Amino acid sequence: MDWQALTLSVKLSLVTLLFLLPIGILLGRWLAYRQFWGKSLLQTLLALPLVLPPTVLGYYLLVAFSPNQGLGLWLVNTFGATLIFNFQGLVLASIIFNLPFAIHPMQRAFSAIPREIREAAACCGMRPSLVLWKIELPLAWPGIVSAMVMCFAHTLGEFGIVLMVGGNIPSETQTIAIAIYDRVQSFDDHAAAVMSFSLLLFSMLTISFTYWLSARSERTHD
Amino acid sequence: MTDSGIHITLQQAAPIPLSVQLECKSGELLALVGPSGSGKTTVLRAIAGLYQAQNSTIICQDEVWQNSTQNLFLAPHQRHVGLVFQNYALFPHMTVLENIQQAITHLPKQQRQAQALELLKKVHLEGLEQRYPKKLSGGQQQRVAVARALARQPKVLLLDEPFSAVDQVTRRKLYRELLALRESLAMPMILVTHDLEESTLLADRIALLHKGEILQTGAPEVVAAHPKSATIARLMDQQNLFTAQVIAHDQKTQKTHLRWQGMLLEATYQAQFAINENVCWMIQSANILLHRRNRSSNGEKENPLQGQITEYMESSGLAHLRVQVDKQLDTTMIISVPLHVAKRNALGLHEKIGISLLSEGIHLMPYQALRSEN
Repeated sequence: MDWQALTLSVKLSLVTLLFLLPIGILLGRWLAYRQFWGKSLLQTLLALPLVLPPTVLGYYLLVAFSPNQGLGLWLVNTFGATLIFNFQGLVLASIIFNLPFAIHPMQRAFSAIPREIREAAACCGMRPSLVLWKIELPLAWPGIVSAMVMCFAHTLGEFGIVLMVGGNIPSETQTIAIAIYDRVQSFDDHAAAVMSFSLLLFSMLTISFTYWLSARSERTHD
Repeated sequence: MTDSGIHITLQQAAPIPLSVQLECKSGELLALVGPSGSGKTTVLRAIAGLYQAQNSTIICQDEVWQNSTQNLFLAPHQRHVGLVFQNYALFPHMTVLENIQQAITHLPKQQRQAQALELLKKVHLEGLEQRYPKKLSGGQQQRVAVARALARQPKVLLLDEPFSAVDQVTRRKLYRELLALRESLAMPMILVTHDLEESTLLADRIALLHKGEILQTGAPEVVAAHPKSATIARLMDQQNLFTAQVIAHDQKTQKTHLRWQGMLLEATYQAQFAINENVCWMIQSANILLHRRNRSSNGEKENPLQGQITEYMESSGLAHLRVQVDKQLDTTMIISVPLHVAKRNALGLHEKIGISLLSEGIHLMPYQALRSEN
């Protein structure tokens, strides 16, 4: 078992969640409640990582983060930082490819709250921030938790984009999924099997947890 | 001088046409009545600040909540409004007690529970404090919604079809409870309903809304008996609605004479209509006298008509008759009589009967083409 790779994967997943939680809540809520011009286009763009092959998305991110042009060049000139073949680049890539996994469940969770419930809260004297804290988040939390769990598992197992943007640098960008590939390439079948089984077990636990959470939220207060 | 009522003016052409001018005094229950889609709920939402009409002024107890000319608009949480939603909109993740406590923001935290318990007692829900909304019946949910609306000590109480989601037996019970409760409430109360019977039973005044416009306001029985137009009469479910021509006014006898389908009718003096003017007229079923078969009375001399029963239905102690008035007239009238009267007079389908239209019950309105003469 490559503990270094596993630790890096877990660290990447947790840091990604740290960013995705507020982004998902704000964007998911905004998309759930607001109608605006270009909403369909925005939703299409946000859903792209679901259908694009990870290598394609990885390629575009690699191009975008390249220090020779555009965003990458601006980052080098402004902050003296690059986003390829390092952990920071992996985090940004993870946030981008996880956007639909975070936003869609949260959007659905917020959409499921009847408008009258939110309006009743306002009529009770709650200002919008209090409505979010006391009414919306408690009602949407199963969707939010389920989104976070999915993002965590997805980041842990992501291969194509990580390889394209981060390469395969041990303790810097070599996640567990890449470590498995590395072991197979070097005919270390035992290590590959242990790590693969660990990921399989973790994925099953994740899915079971989200199903349990969804069933529990349906039963709650019945 | 302070004004404890609410004054509402809403004017806009689109997207929802609104032409509303209303006031409701403290302690008064005003019913906003109208068919589905007439804009009743929109008006209520506008009062609560959940909908912003283009040209609007809302002043409640001398506090300006909205004034479009001054660009003033208080958000819902800044207005002291108690709103009972049609489906109650209770917070499903909170207990009954917690639901009510959410609206008690004006008291220190340690006093909120006691206040919530007192309100629960007021709506007869003691012992259900720890229940979740899904564990409550429709009637109990409605009571929690009322308690929560009152918990904020609102300056106006708004009720959006609060009885529509409960069965008839519960509804009658809740009517009695609301009537008892309102005695202790000093704020203006506005009830939205499409049920005319409900509004007559509960409201001091009704405001009839049609396509976003207030057509008439007044005591329920006054609007029902003296609608300003045939449209209002139709909306008030007046079925005996016809057209006629004014032929004379007799100041001495205080009668107005009408020609209707070749017959002469006598109505109470209504000189605002010119001679030869075409008018609409209506009569409520209560003003139609059934001739007793075995013995005549003086009332029978008043606008007597003969007819045949073409429809006969019994419900809730009443017999509802559709009477075809003399075959050549091709006109029918709807009459409701107590069931015992119908039995005593052996009324039934195809029976011939005599009726009289009481002249004080004949109400004239400006002419408008009617879809059909019943």
